[in-house]
Amino acid sequence: MPLLDIKNLNVRFGDATATPVVDGLSLSVDKGEVLAIVGESGSGKSVTMMALMGLIDHPGIVTADALSFDGKDMLKLNARQRRQIVGKDLSMVFQDPMTALNPSYTVGFQIKEVLKQHLGLKGKAAHQRALELLQKVEIPGAAQRLEAYPHQLSGGMSQRVAIAMAIAGEPKLLIADEPTTALDVTIQAQIMDLLLALQKEQDMGLVLITHDLAVVAETAQRVCVMYAGQAVEVGQVPGLFDVPAHPYSEALLAAIPEHSMGAERLATLPGIVPGRYDRPSGCLLSPRCPYVQDKCRQQRPSLDPQVHGLVRCFYPLNQEVA
Amino acid sequence: MNTPVPVTAVDQSLLYPSVYKEFWQHFSKNKGAVAGLAFMALVVFCAIFAPWVAPHDPSEQYRDFLLTPPVWLEGGQWQFLLGTDELGRDLLSRLIQGSRLSLLIGLSSVVMSLIPGILMGLLAGFFPKILGPTIMRLMDIMLALPSLLLAVAIVAILGPGLINTVIAIAIVSLPSYVRLTRAAVMGELNRDYVTAARLAGATLPRLMFITVLPNCMAPLIVQATLSFSSAILDAAALGFLGLGVQPPTPEWGTMLASARDYIERAWWVVSLPGLTILLSVLAINLMGDGLRDALDPKLKNAA
Amino acid sequence: MFSFIARRVGLLIPTFFGITLLTFALIRLIPGDPVEVMMGERRVDPEMHAQAMERLGLNKPLYAQYIDYVGKLAHGDLGESLRTRTSVWSEFTSLFPATLELSIAALIFAGIIGLLAGVIAALRRGSLFDHGVMGISLAGYSMPIFWWGLILIMFFSVSLGWTPVSGRIDLLYDIEPKTGFMLIDTLLSDEEGSFIDALRHLILPAIVLGTIPLAVIARMTRSSMLEVLREDYVRTARAKGLSPARVVFVHGLRNALIPVLTVFGLQVGTLLAGAVLTETIFSWPGIGKWLIEAIGARDYPVVQNGILLIACLVILVNFVVDILYGFANPRIRHQR
Repeated sequence: MPLLDIKNLNVRFGDATATPVVDGLSLSVDKGEVLAIVGESGSGKSVTMMALMGLIDHPGIVTADALSFDGKDMLKLNARQRRQIVGKDLSMVFQDPMTALNPSYTVGFQIKEVLKQHLGLKGKAAHQRALELLQKVEIPGAAQRLEAYPHQLSGGMSQRVAIAMAIAGEPKLLIADEPTTALDVTIQAQIMDLLLALQKEQDMGLVLITHDLAVVAETAQRVCVMYAGQAVEVGQVPGLFDVPAHPYSEALLAAIPEHSMGAERLATLPGIVPGRYDRPSGCLLSPRCPYVQDKCRQQRPSLDPQVHGLVRCFYPLNQEVA
Repeated sequence: MNTPVPVTAVDQSLLYPSVYKEFWQHFSKNKGAVAGLAFMALVVFCAIFAPWVAPHDPSEQYRDFLLTPPVWLEGGQWQFLLGTDELGRDLLSRLIQGSRLSLLIGLSSVVMSLIPGILMGLLAGFFPKILGPTIMRLMDIMLALPSLLLAVAIVAILGPGLINTVIAIAIVSLPSYVRLTRAAVMGELNRDYVTAARLAGATLPRLMFITVLPNCMAPLIVQATLSFSSAILDAAALGFLGLGVQPPTPEWGTMLASARDYIERAWWVVSLPGLTILLSVLAINLMGDGLRDALDPKLKNAA
Repeated sequence: MFSFIARRVGLLIPTFFGITLLTFALIRLIPGDPVEVMMGERRVDPEMHAQAMERLGLNKPLYAQYIDYVGKLAHGDLGESLRTRTSVWSEFTSLFPATLELSIAALIFAGIIGLLAGVIAALRRGSLFDHGVMGISLAGYSMPIFWWGLILIMFFSVSLGWTPVSGRIDLLYDIEPKTGFMLIDTLLSDEEGSFIDALRHLILPAIVLGTIPLAVIARMTRSSMLEVLREDYVRTARAKGLSPARVVFVHGLRNALIPVLTVFGLQVGTLLAGAVLTETIFSWPGIGKWLIEAIGARDYPVVQNGILLIACLVILVNFVVDILYGFANPRIRHQR
């Protein structure tokens, strides 16, 4: 039984006729596993996880065939039951650390909130634990930092605080939504190392949302590629990178600058991701796909098991390769 | 096997509606704004065609019909739909005539303060070293007094009357345009397209009026709408205090001043002019809100 | 924080001077003979005219006159009312508490109800309550408050007889003006029922005066709350599994109140303008009514220095609000 099991998740804003932002997504994460979700901006990767956390508000509508975490059906939980899980067993670190912390309260206050809410710690015990958490995320001068306000911290520090808050409840699954995108390059590596070290130490599941394929190759065991709200390929990490099955995955890999060394132009797909007004009636990639056939333009492919994992394509690539 | 087929990407910008259409789509979704627009259209119509729309001459006194109630009350007459005032003048006709005055005051005061306001704001934004702070300090001083008090003070000097009311209101609305323009200009000056224009050799007037100003218009339009409604309120307040338009000219606020004595006997003389002020200002504010929501791209994406 | 305060204080000085310049110019711009304007007398014979010119310093060049004016102000000499022959300053100080009492009552009314309505409207966004609050507040600042006052008088005083039509207290009562605040003075006096009577006199004017601030505060609170609730840190708070109440009140309101504070303080300006109208309608003996009557009676010393005093008041309050805002906003608090 996987730790996290999502089947056919749909998120749309507006009524049932509105274009879905997340369309028929299915994925799963096992205990202690690292899953990466990659895709362009607007592919729906963040919304997927926010829907899981129950952070999608009106006018968003979340539907799914199954949305289970740690054996519990997230769709059937009421708000209070969900709040007992969120922040404790299931927590999230967001993209921009500079705005993720409340500017009017100290760092210590914000960490102790989690401790009080989920572990029932108060007073000295809470203070001590908060201190330990800050030390665990490798913040120097932790004792002083507890009394600091967020605007007094740098980006890297703020993200460490955010991570501390996320692991305070000893989560079984941590979702990191582009945790290093807003940080300096030198800090990015440090934060990623920290996240992975924590993941191994606590045996947490980790869902890493990113658009950086290099990070995925180094850290994840499985990867889910998203395009225009759909999962187009889900597979093992080394395998997908060596033999991508979906044309979009192939294009993503080809677009990495290192793969175009010596060429005159970077390899890209023409066109842009479909927006609200121009979703194709067939496969969403069909207007841009270099391998497009008639069937692609008329029907929508479903996410089916192929040789190396799940692929959403009528004519998947590299199927001969074992 | 799969062979790559050359693909031409569809020009997606053709699928999106034009700027005006998109604006109207957003604006018309706001029912309040549309209602406001409709009401104001009615007021404008009355104002333009007042002499033909009004059933009677606003200054004609019907000595036999002093303080007649509106038609739906006992004692009401069909020839005086909204009743008459203490001098026997038809209220409806006076209100229609008054719409001319209110619109005139609103329009002229907005124009009189918008143009210098934008100019000063542009100058303050483009010359932030010395000219800018001087202008802003001047505006701060003007803003130190509440607008009505400043208007009262100006009218105290110049004397009562229609023209002085317009001047007073124009002066009082000036600082907000200056501030708004300057803030918008300073925001735009850092943008790349301005740098690009400068590099291309744009002269200062061109930079000011053609490059930067059009991009600052959205908040200015909204402010102009709101100033219009404040102008009507302020003119009415001045009229009520006896400092603005003088009787017997049927300005809505002035009508309220003379009606004060009749709140026990003839409530319609008190209620109706005020109600027209309320509805007109409400309509303009609703339109202004709708404008702001339709023009501000940030708010467009909020659910 | 210190530099923040220092800068604000630094701004105060030129603003004050600017205001004195304004009021000085105000009087000089009044058409007609300056002696007649200042003295309020007509057809003064030539000899007395010359004497008056000398005495009033009207022969000196303008800048010298300005210096004289400022000098007098510095000594607390704000001139005399032409009608009552009492000093402008003493008239102001005796009438000011009435306006203050009315303004405080109006602000309390507007603040409490406005905040509550705004918060609830933001939480129940799109609901009937939300639309109702927005509609009422829109009507609130679209209406001429002098008309609103008349309507309320018509309804509550004339038709229902619940509240009196004018004044601060029934003439039957003889209350000693110890603090100038009628509510306090009536409590201190032995007259029975006087407190209730004072309250009844205060309610309607306070509601009328507070209507526009109420509308503005409700709108501002709502939009500030909505914006804050969209912020990333509120999302973080929810992701921490905190209860909705905690998210809204501890994380949300704390930050949403900051801009509302500024608006709240700036309402003082609106209040003073509104006081002019409200006091006129309810015959409330405060500085608003005083100023309007002075303008009508051409009592120019009162007009000139009355405006000066009111402007200084507004500037002072804005200054205090600015400083309080600095304390409330931790980013400014920690600036060196």
